[in-house]
This record gives sequence, structure tokens and C-alpha cells, in this order.
Amino acid sequence: MNELIKVDHLHKSYDQNTVLRDINLTINKGEVVVIIGPSGCGKSTFLRCLNGLETIDSGHIEVCGHEVNTTSKEIYKIRQKVGMVFQSYDLFPHKTVIENIILAPLKVQKRNRADAEKEAIELLAKVGLSDKKDYYPRQLSGGQKQRVAIVRALIMHPDVLLFDEVTAALDPEMVHEVLQTMLELAKNGSTMLIVTHEMAFARAVADRIVFFDKGDIVEETGDVKAFFDAPKTERAKNFLKTFTYD
Amino acid sequence: MIDFEIIRSYIPLYTEALFLTVKIGWLGILAALVIGLSGAAIRHFNISILDKLVLIYVEVFRNTPLLVQLFFIYFALPKIGIKMSAEKCGILGLGLIGGAYMIETIRSGLESVAAIQSESALSLGMTKRQTFVYIILPQAFTISFPGIIANVIFLLKETSVFSTISLMDLMFTAKDLIGMYAKTVECLSLLVIFYLIMLLPVSIIGSALERRIRHAEFGN
Repeated sequence: MNELIKVDHLHKSYDQNTVLRDINLTINKGEVVVIIGPSGCGKSTFLRCLNGLETIDSGHIEVCGHEVNTTSKEIYKIRQKVGMVFQSYDLFPHKTVIENIILAPLKVQKRNRADAEKEAIELLAKVGLSDKKDYYPRQLSGGQKQRVAIVRALIMHPDVLLFDEVTAALDPEMVHEVLQTMLELAKNGSTMLIVTHEMAFARAVADRIVFFDKGDIVEETGDVKAFFDAPKTERAKNFLKTFTYD
Repeated sequence: MIDFEIIRSYIPLYTEALFLTVKIGWLGILAALVIGLSGAAIRHFNISILDKLVLIYVEVFRNTPLLVQLFFIYFALPKIGIKMSAEKCGILGLGLIGGAYMIETIRSGLESVAAIQSESALSLGMTKRQTFVYIILPQAFTISFPGIIANVIFLLKETSVFSTISLMDLMFTAKDLIGMYAKTVECLSLLVIFYLIMLLPVSIIGSALERRIRHAEFGN
């Protein structure tokens, strides 16, 4: 089974306002797909539909062969397979770094504490934060918090990772360390779906680019270099132009 | 002149009244906390009809005096066949008015926890219940804590109306002694002192606890 995520004719609107129109997309195992597009084009909503944080109006979403249905109990199982990291620092402020990381393994997966802690410490070491395990989130920088959030998602051993503009709220010097961590994950074969405004990063990490605009997928291509050098559609051209200054 | 001999002889009576007041007060507060937590959870999860009932309960009990509620429980309920000892009436009255205040205090704490907190918990595969217990409630509690302590102090002071249903609390004892021996200054001074003995530790321990509880999220 190579298809991890399969989206068929997904449609979503808020009242009169259509946010996602007939979206079809497949993500294969080991693929890194980057979604770009103007603000308010539905990228984040799309990501949130994939793990059932948003309900959909029509269409189908399948994750690892299971239909995503927000009203069924199955959704809790699906969410364990789909790791998600958000834009805002979403660590639990009342828990230390290590407690943040092992909470779900203990409560959701019922793993034993020693085992979960051991893995948490290994993962923290990988992102260069072993010395911060007993810190509270308020004592960390934005970039450190995001790296902890990534570890918190990783320890669940998800089949796919969703990143929702994870560097958008960071100071420029922090952006690099977070993107570096994500690049490592990509190199190690993780399946990732990334929403970002960091074009240089998108270019470096993506196996495939999906360009969203006004709730539509306007352009989708595996030829990443060609997309950035010479996008096929007028809308993508205009969007990419906003990142250059001459 | 203040008669210290009289004061000394009254102390055992006041001490006895203090124990009764503290006992009824804290049992009432315990009931208020249980009601407050359940009611706030019902409102937080928006549980259909229950939600409306909680809303009505809160408005009725917040907007009528405890004295009136207590009269209702003590004098009116027996007429329709519900009889309770004065002590139980006191605990019930305090629990009911306190519950209404606690619901609002805890609910405002629950509402101030950002939505992203429960979304990140859910996206880790936690159930709604786990999210509430491990993520939302602890943060809400930190935020609500000063309000909860303020309610506790308010409720302990409100016990003074128990004297009207002839519970021998501090207020009752003072009024009784004044009625018998007319040592007004001595009796009222002792009354103030005994209320302070009951309440100052609550204030002090409350502030200390508040600092400890807030430490994780806000530092010192």
C-alpha cells in the first residue's frame, strides 16, 4: 500500500464562503509534498481536514486506508497515524518539555514511562535539546518550542507528518534551526505534507509542489525546479513574483 | 472599659462555635466545588438540556440572597415534606449558592484556555475526555485559582447568616451572649478576632498556593 493519504473531491465551505473546492490529492509513502499559496487560500484548512480537526461537506479522505470521519471513534486511531505541528507554539504550558512529549505515548498508546522517556530523550538529542528536558515551555525560544513540538509528534511514530506554517511565527534566526530539523526528517524518508511560505526551503525539500489558490489546486507538479523557474499558470506566476524584489 | 475577664470566660464558647462554623463552612465549600466543577464541565461541553438547566440554576442562585435561600430551605421545604436538620440546611444552602459562583469562576477559566491547546491534544490522538482532564482543566484551574479562593473566603463569611436558622455559629454565639449579658464591645471584638482566626490562614495559604500553582506557566 503506497498511498498514505487519498483525497477525493473534497469540498468545504463556511456558510456562503467556499474554502476548498473539489480537491483531489494523493500522498505516497516517503513523499515530501509542499503546499504553497496566498494567505486564506485554504491550505491550513485542508491540512486540518486530514486529521479531522475540521469537518468536510462532501468528498472522501482516506488515511492509511481508513476513512476520516470526525463522528466515528476511528478518528482517534487515525490521528495517531497523522502527526501535526502547528504555527503557534502549541506546547502545553503547564508541563515540562519531557512531560509534553511523553503525555500522549503514556495516555493514548499506554506505553510504559521508562520506555517513553528513553525515546523522548533520544529524540530530544537528535534535535539538539537534550539539556532542556526539564524546562517549561516559557523558558524556551520559539525555535526550541517548535522543535519540541516536532519531537512530540514524532514519538507517536506517525505514518505521515503535517506541518502547518511552523516557521511563520518565528524570528528569522530561529527559522533555520526548525527547517533544518524538517530537512533531516525528509532525508530519513519521512512522509511529510508541509504548508509553508519559505520558498527556498520548499524548493530544497519538496518532491512535489501543490499550489493552492482560492480553494483550488491550481498547479501540481513533481518537477519542483521547473515550477519555481517557470510556473505554468498565470496565478502561480503572480504569486511567486511577490517573493522577489527587483 | 473592656472587661478581659469576661472575654476569657467567653473564649470556650466562641471556640466551640468556630469549630461548628468551620465544619459547616468547609462541607458547604466542598459541595460548592463539586457542583462548580460539574456545572462548568456541562457548560463547557455544551450538553444540550443540562446546559440550559445549569444556566438557570446559576442565575437564580447568584441573584437571590443566601438569607432568602436559607429561609426557603429551612422554613418552606418542610411544608412540602422535605425536612432536614439545621446543619444540613446550612451545608446545602452554602453549597448551592457557592456552586453557582464556582461554576462561573471555573467556566471563565475553561474558556480562557486557547483552542489550539485542545486541538494539539486531539491531534496527538487524545480523546475529548483526556484532553479535558490533562490539558484544559489544569490550565483553567491555574487561571481560576484566585477566583476560587475569593469564593471560599466569601462563603466562609456568608456562614454568618446561619445564625438566623438557629445554628450556633460564631455570629449566633455573639448575638446570644450580647442578648444575655449586654457585653457588646467584648462580644463583638471577640467575634472579629474569631473571624480573622478562621479566614486569615485561608488568605495566606491561598496566596502561597497561587504562587506555586502559577510557577509552571508564569515563573516567579
